[in-house]
Amino acid sequence: MDLIDLARGPVLKAAVVIFFAGVVWRIVNILLLQHRRDRNEPRRGVGASLLGGLKAMGSRSWPHPEFIGRTGAGEVLGYSYHLGLFALVLLFAPHISFFGSFFGVRWPALPSSVVTVVSVLTFTLALAVLFRRLTHRVLRRLSNFDDYFSWFVVTLVIVTGLMATAHVGGPYPTVLGLHILSFDLLLIWYPFGKLMHAFYIFPTRAVDGYLLTRKGAPS
Amino acid sequence: MPDRDREPTIGELLDRSGVSRRGFVKYCTAMASLLALPPLAGRAMAQQLRAAHRPSVIYLSFQECTGCLESLTRSFSPTLESLLFDVISLDYDDTLQAAAGKQAEQARDRAMKENYGKYIVVVDGSVPTNDGGVYSCAGGRSAVDVLTEAAKDAAAIICVGTCSAFGGIPHADPNPTGARAVSDIIGDKPIVNVSGCPPIPEVITGTLLQFVTTGQVPDLDAHGRPTVFFGNTIHDRCYRRPFYDQGKFAKTFDDEGARNGWCLYELGCKGPTTYNACATVKWNGGVSFPIESGHPCLGCAEPDFWDRGSFYSPLASARWGKAGEVSPTEAAEIAAGAVAVGAALGVGSVLLGRHRQKARIEGSEKQEDGDGSH
Repeated sequence: MDLIDLARGPVLKAAVVIFFAGVVWRIVNILLLQHRRDRNEPRRGVGASLLGGLKAMGSRSWPHPEFIGRTGAGEVLGYSYHLGLFALVLLFAPHISFFGSFFGVRWPALPSSVVTVVSVLTFTLALAVLFRRLTHRVLRRLSNFDDYFSWFVVTLVIVTGLMATAHVGGPYPTVLGLHILSFDLLLIWYPFGKLMHAFYIFPTRAVDGYLLTRKGAPS
Repeated sequence: MPDRDREPTIGELLDRSGVSRRGFVKYCTAMASLLALPPLAGRAMAQQLRAAHRPSVIYLSFQECTGCLESLTRSFSPTLESLLFDVISLDYDDTLQAAAGKQAEQARDRAMKENYGKYIVVVDGSVPTNDGGVYSCAGGRSAVDVLTEAAKDAAAIICVGTCSAFGGIPHADPNPTGARAVSDIIGDKPIVNVSGCPPIPEVITGTLLQFVTTGQVPDLDAHGRPTVFFGNTIHDRCYRRPFYDQGKFAKTFDDEGARNGWCLYELGCKGPTTYNACATVKWNGGVSFPIESGHPCLGCAEPDFWDRGSFYSPLASARWGKAGEVSPTEAAEIAAGAVAVGAALGVGSVLLGRHRQKARIEGSEKQEDGDGSH
């Protein structure tokens, strides 16, 4: 069994199992946390609070006007980076084939040349994001191994993907095998690091918004 | 004992058979071009070949379907590739030679003796090794035995076809005969793998010709294949590549994409991971190649191509299902199992955490009670 078959065979299978089991493990842990009962008299009804929760998912995803001067650059970087990741993960034809083999559905792809340009831009943004983390005094102090390793794992997938596309670093099947192996690594690391934010970010914002609205505060 | 050096040179033989000098130079120029040699190399090749003596070639056929030999012979007639019969001295080939039985075996022994250290062994087919190699025998001798003997005093071995190069179809899971590649058995001779199922005729003849002209094995890739023919993937040189780049794919064999000649990636084309010259040299005298005829590349020039799932599943699909590739149902089953395990682990870890927390609280309360009683 060569590298590519190993990567998309047993290693991928193990990675998928670890990914699903790990994600559910993390979510169950949070759902079963013992919350203190809110004994305050609700200022708003359940319906309004739920609406507040929904609103928070949107409003918290947009920079607050008061702080836009300080957070704007980070927001732009973050959004561009995530949009780039979205395009290259979900709109590249081979990736669609890959996900299609799991889910049985396929969707239209972007031209490969466009995805290549997006990949290069996303890689550049990844470097910019890292630079910001390393140079921002507060962010640097808040960062730990998890932040850097999560960055490394995601960037490794982008870099090996670009290498496979550009045919550098060795024979194409080997580099493609490395690309899939790096994706396997991402799946394995995903539930145990900050990459889990993809699952947490909107539910936590919704819960915050719900609780704030219930207390009568703007969400 | 006949001395091959006293035999007529290739040039003399060509003159006798009425091949014009111009025709021969054209042939050599085409071959030099095929081998990506400099423009003047064709002339040098012609001069070298004309002065050279025909090398003895022993063609051994083991576990094979004769498709490779079929491919090779189809290249000879009526084109100038037929020169190859004049360029080499095919001293043993149990399919093509007139002799049979002991006479055939004697021809091989004689060729080996007379051309000690100079002859070329061409191998077609994999070599079975299970049960003493009984699955491929000729003249009461196993393939392993014949190969080992023939390889001992050979100048080089050229493996024609994926079976001799990598084990091929006989080597496919579960490989009941223990089929192996020649390079698994012979380790002390230069081996050139001309893979493909079958290989392109011009690639076989080009490799032979290069060896005859230079006396050296060509530059080889990691799989022992001549880089001049196996240096690029089919995908890199495919005329449908622009459609891949534009994201235009045929989804079925009779949809609009297929009719428009769009990329066959989603129909399972293995072109991106297959190194061969199909897209450039092509088949049947340069008429076309499988992709041009509307069928995805099977990846037949690569090791274990038969064991890599369906020919029609995309290269990017996962490969761990019951049928070689994962089906959505299997993926859902595995995901459901993983979710159940994750949920159980989650509940278990929460309960354990609560138990520890309770024990810690009780412990600290007891300690406080103990402190209070003093």
